[in-house]
Amino acid sequence: MRRTIGYCLFVAVAVLTLAFLLLPIVGIFVHTSPGKLLGQLSNPVVKDAFVVTLKTSLIAQALILLFGTPTAYLLATRRFTGHSVAITLVELPLVLPPAVAGVGLLAALGRNGLLGSSLDAFGISLPFTQTAVTIAVAYVASPLYIRQAIASFEATDPHLTAASRTLGAGPVRTFFRVVLPLARGGLIAGLALSFARGLGEFGATIMFAGSLQRVTQTLPLAIYAEFDVNFDTTLAMSGVLILISALLLLTLRIALSWQRSPSSRSTSLLGLSTST
Amino acid sequence: MAKVTLEQVNVPLRTFDLDVSLTVDSTVALVGPSGAGKSTVLNAIAGLVKPASGRILCDHETWFDGRRRVFVRPEDRRVGLVFQDYALFPHLTVRQNIEYARRHAADEYLDRFKLRQLEGAKPGSLSGGERQRVALARALAREPEILLLDEPLAALDAHTKVDVRAELQQLLSGLELPTLLVTHDFEDAAALADRVSVIVEGRLRQTGTPGELVARPADPFVASFTGANLLHGRPHAHGDATGIHLEDGTLITTSDNGDGEVTLAVYPWDITISTTRPDDSAMNVIAGEITAIAELGNRARVTIGPVSAEITVDSLHRLGLHTGRHAYASFKATGTRIVASKGGTE
Repeated sequence: MRRTIGYCLFVAVAVLTLAFLLLPIVGIFVHTSPGKLLGQLSNPVVKDAFVVTLKTSLIAQALILLFGTPTAYLLATRRFTGHSVAITLVELPLVLPPAVAGVGLLAALGRNGLLGSSLDAFGISLPFTQTAVTIAVAYVASPLYIRQAIASFEATDPHLTAASRTLGAGPVRTFFRVVLPLARGGLIAGLALSFARGLGEFGATIMFAGSLQRVTQTLPLAIYAEFDVNFDTTLAMSGVLILISALLLLTLRIALSWQRSPSSRSTSLLGLSTST
Repeated sequence: MAKVTLEQVNVPLRTFDLDVSLTVDSTVALVGPSGAGKSTVLNAIAGLVKPASGRILCDHETWFDGRRRVFVRPEDRRVGLVFQDYALFPHLTVRQNIEYARRHAADEYLDRFKLRQLEGAKPGSLSGGERQRVALARALAREPEILLLDEPLAALDAHTKVDVRAELQQLLSGLELPTLLVTHDFEDAAALADRVSVIVEGRLRQTGTPGELVARPADPFVASFTGANLLHGRPHAHGDATGIHLEDGTLITTSDNGDGEVTLAVYPWDITISTTRPDDSAMNVIAGEITAIAELGNRARVTIGPVSAEITVDSLHRLGLHTGRHAYASFKATGTRIVASKGGTE
């Protein structure tokens, strides 16, 4: 008897939790009809924000992929002094409040910042440009990709890389023909997470890049700006972001099941607890 | 046939140093308990592990020389390494796995290893025996100077093992390629190799043909590894090594000599089992309850007290043996061998 009461309690708590998580999303879609949502999408503010978001996100993710992948591979396969320091650095943006990250980027790359004065000498000024948005997004979103990539590379059977070497393939060929194809699922999952995080970037962007329509105003910034002006626009943009996020979550699920099937080692969602 | 030589190759491992000198010019088996450093020897030859010192030579080519700081990378040595888990690339088909070693090589090996019908299959859908054939085909497609097999039969179930061992035996005898295989099973080593080296904690204890190791085991470890029962006891009277008192008081006669505490080796196939005490007074007899019976194909191992006897399954049934039954294990004095004596006057 006591066991059934306990069980019911667990179910009740779980249902409540799930309802709580779903509630805001229901709120957004219930508040406005789909037709009204679609109508708002032609609003120039929404269109501009969408273009800025897409452009900066794509560039930022490309940079994360390009720099993060070799970094993650090195951290996953080599043990050196300062390894844990390097891992901590990779994870730093994850725990740093985004606003603080923005201030930090400003203090480093701003006109009077650490590197800003040198950049200024070349006539480059980063703050409040679209480049600044890209940098802010890359900074904040990178840990989600790199962590997942490290976990995926660590899960690659070392016998397979060893076999590749004895079969005559050098380290580079081994990386592209064995390691990368096997880690592919995990890497795509990491990228999907990083993309989702980048899309929602707010704090660091507003501090470092400001919120200028058509230049630095991304969807989250536009949502905030339109909040007092036109609530329907806000809802429409929120709807768009929800749809993209859902799509990314789906990609993540599919990619992770992919990763699991060939090597059968588990890769945790978010890569937050995978260890070998 | 090429020749691969290891000269005082030293690799520091966690609890001991591997220190091995070995020549591979035919099929050589490296046998020993797990953790003895067997796989490390293979990895050192393949270039996957860099020794601390010593030399590894392939004919006149130096693959590793600690003093001259020579280290040829694994991709530049011609080594065919078959991993214990086969290490087939799971994302590539059978054909692609073979062609990873050498382009356009697949057709030759697909037929030779009876893999033609499986060429488009991924390793995940293959049986253990098929996987091993792919791994062997891939290793040979590399056109290696030496073939290295890590526990080639360990990943297979007992049923497939017998067939695969026969296949492997046939393959190795036709290859004309120096082969070093690692196993923890002396029987597999004896079936596949011309020479066997016993390795314990990184050192070679004894090297010889399988027959030599069985006939003259250098120490109790080699004896037990070759399958012998080990009996510990003391000579009946000081200096009289022909009568040995076992710990439980049984008196054993041996034709060998030893002093102090001795270890006797008796091979299971030299022991007969009976349900009545044998009449022959020249026989050594150990009486007791049968504690275990293990059937292996058409043979069975019957354990009575400190010894296991190997008999046919036919005689097992004919004698109506079962665990718990009282029986006698008997063997001749000439079937025993003293493999160690300590604390003696020698």
